[in-house]
Amino acid sequence: MNVHEYQAKGLLREYGVAVPEGELATTPAEAEAAARALRGTVVVKAQVHAGGRGKGGGIKLAQSAGEAKQAASEILGMTLHTPQTPPEGKVVRKVYVEAASDIARELYLAVLLDRAEEKFAVVASTEGGMEIEEVAARTPEKILTVLVGPNVGLQGYQARQLAFGLGLTGDQVGHFERFVRGLYRLFLERDASLVEINPLVVTKSGEIFALDGKLNFDDAALYRHPEIAKLRDPDEEDPRERAANEIDLAYVGLDGNIGCMVNGAGLAMATLDMIQVCGGAPANFLDAGGGADKEKVKEAFKLILRDENVKAILVNIFGGIVRCDLIAEGVVAAAGELGIEVPLVVRLQGTKSEEGRKILADSGLDITAAETLQEAGERAVAAAASARS
Amino acid sequence: MSILCDANTKLLVQGMGRMGQFHARLSVEYGTQVVAGVAPGKGGGEIDGIPIFDTVRDAARQTGANASVIFVPPPGAADAILEAADAELDLAVCITEGIPAHDMARAKRAMQGGKTRLLGPNCPGVVTPGQCRIGIMPAQITRPGPVGVVSRSGTLTYEAVDQLSRLGIGQSSCVGIGGDPVIGTNFIDALELFESDPETKAVVMIGEIGGSAEESAAEFVKAHMTKPVVAFIAGQNAPAGKRMGHAGAIISGGKGKAVDKIAALEAAGVAVSRSPATIGETLAKHAPGLA
Repeated sequence: MNVHEYQAKGLLREYGVAVPEGELATTPAEAEAAARALRGTVVVKAQVHAGGRGKGGGIKLAQSAGEAKQAASEILGMTLHTPQTPPEGKVVRKVYVEAASDIARELYLAVLLDRAEEKFAVVASTEGGMEIEEVAARTPEKILTVLVGPNVGLQGYQARQLAFGLGLTGDQVGHFERFVRGLYRLFLERDASLVEINPLVVTKSGEIFALDGKLNFDDAALYRHPEIAKLRDPDEEDPRERAANEIDLAYVGLDGNIGCMVNGAGLAMATLDMIQVCGGAPANFLDAGGGADKEKVKEAFKLILRDENVKAILVNIFGGIVRCDLIAEGVVAAAGELGIEVPLVVRLQGTKSEEGRKILADSGLDITAAETLQEAGERAVAAAASARS
Repeated sequence: MSILCDANTKLLVQGMGRMGQFHARLSVEYGTQVVAGVAPGKGGGEIDGIPIFDTVRDAARQTGANASVIFVPPPGAADAILEAADAELDLAVCITEGIPAHDMARAKRAMQGGKTRLLGPNCPGVVTPGQCRIGIMPAQITRPGPVGVVSRSGTLTYEAVDQLSRLGIGQSSCVGIGGDPVIGTNFIDALELFESDPETKAVVMIGEIGGSAEESAAEFVKAHMTKPVVAFIAGQNAPAGKRMGHAGAIISGGKGKAVDKIAALEAAGVAVSRSPATIGETLAKHAPGLA
């Protein structure tokens, strides 16, 4: 789960990590008041879950409260397009008004779970303010990494290695060490998967600040962090993905026209691959899960049909725990209740597949059956093509 | 021969809830020796003829169990894994999905140097056809034979196994390693086991987007495998930044793409099936004469 910059900075403050003074505003008047309270030059920043906001016009410098009001009125309500937003962009509903910093250097610092090493990692770079992936690809020698044993924790020498590696000197080393420790504690205590400060700035007077903050939390651990779960912003989520989450289905919207319902994430991904191999385009990823039954199947159909691009639906079930006869009953019930008008291709394999196929055949519904994965892909693509013409 | 489990494996079940009981029954029906269940506070009882113990240590000591299958819900799952490790079982198979990643990172580190091998979490388990079923796989689609199967996914494993069985190609063991970011047994571990198992003649490896386990496996194949390896990578057209069901199946920061994994595997001499429907055929072509 991602959170907004202003929420991230609130959490960073809790851990003693230095961030500039700032305030949230949802109207130009609030932004003006915030700028007045902060005094001096401020930065007005669009609050959306996407990087690259500056390039899209979502971050503006304001020399006075009046300018801050003007900047906020331009940003609030705008549809922001950045390399990280979806194609339709993101509507800005909130801005963060922050005291401008007197920047001498921009650095990069992050704490994350290193999957390959299966340890926690603290990553730093002198190339702050840039996409870290680009830095890693072009100048890997500029990426400093220390691996932290999850049962030992971050050591002082590791923080110092990074500080000296970044070229910090004097008091800055101690400040940096406290800064990293704060980040690490936040990462650990709140089950974060990523705590990223980009840029970390060193001011002309030698102070260290988090100018931007990106936090990502492990969804699997939210049950023990209700205060983090509360930071979820429904405006930032795809409404279909959210609806799917609520009924325990995994759904990802795509831009094709063949709706998919599959059990298991791997087979669901492979089904999308199959459709593409057959020359079609899937409308979604949908994993109905191991506990798929009649009710779930109906809910899954509803979700798929919310997408107006869907011209055909492919149901691909390989029954292990899931019983194909129950899935078949669900398909028949859903087709009846929801009045599904698009062609339906169903492949049932594994546990109780014979029984399932019989239920579908006896239902009198116009369902195209498929035996193999190949057939399922071909028939779904053909069905979508004929529906289009 | 086989890897991880065979007819001599004595299995205990941690978490005898609805799911644990259901799959314990199916494993017994398949011929697996299910010798104990662990349910704290219910020790001394019996479920479906399986004696119940309060702790893994008691269960192992009194029944000689050497493997465990874990169905404990996420908040207690890492604890259950460590309990199995503390009892020095040979194998702990964790089926549970949704264990916090930090818990797994800590548990895995704590198990290092110990006796117990962990399979999973968030995995379907392992089947050695005709001998032993640990986990939730539909064992009836497997058949004994010379091909080792290792996969990050559940149902896609069934698909691959089914394709092999339909071509008359049996399996030595079918192993699901799980779809989480931190897992006990990885591709390299499984490939190493298959390489040294005399009855395994070829390996099918099913990967997916996210992480770099397939790339590491490719390096291992190139350096150490003498047996033919066939692969499929799921999610060839998955969008970046979206979690595709599994916690670990996500392309982030330009890393974890299927195209890079396929390239790495092919460079290591692995035959990669581009279509999920031709995994069996690809194996038959790349390693002929195994049917």
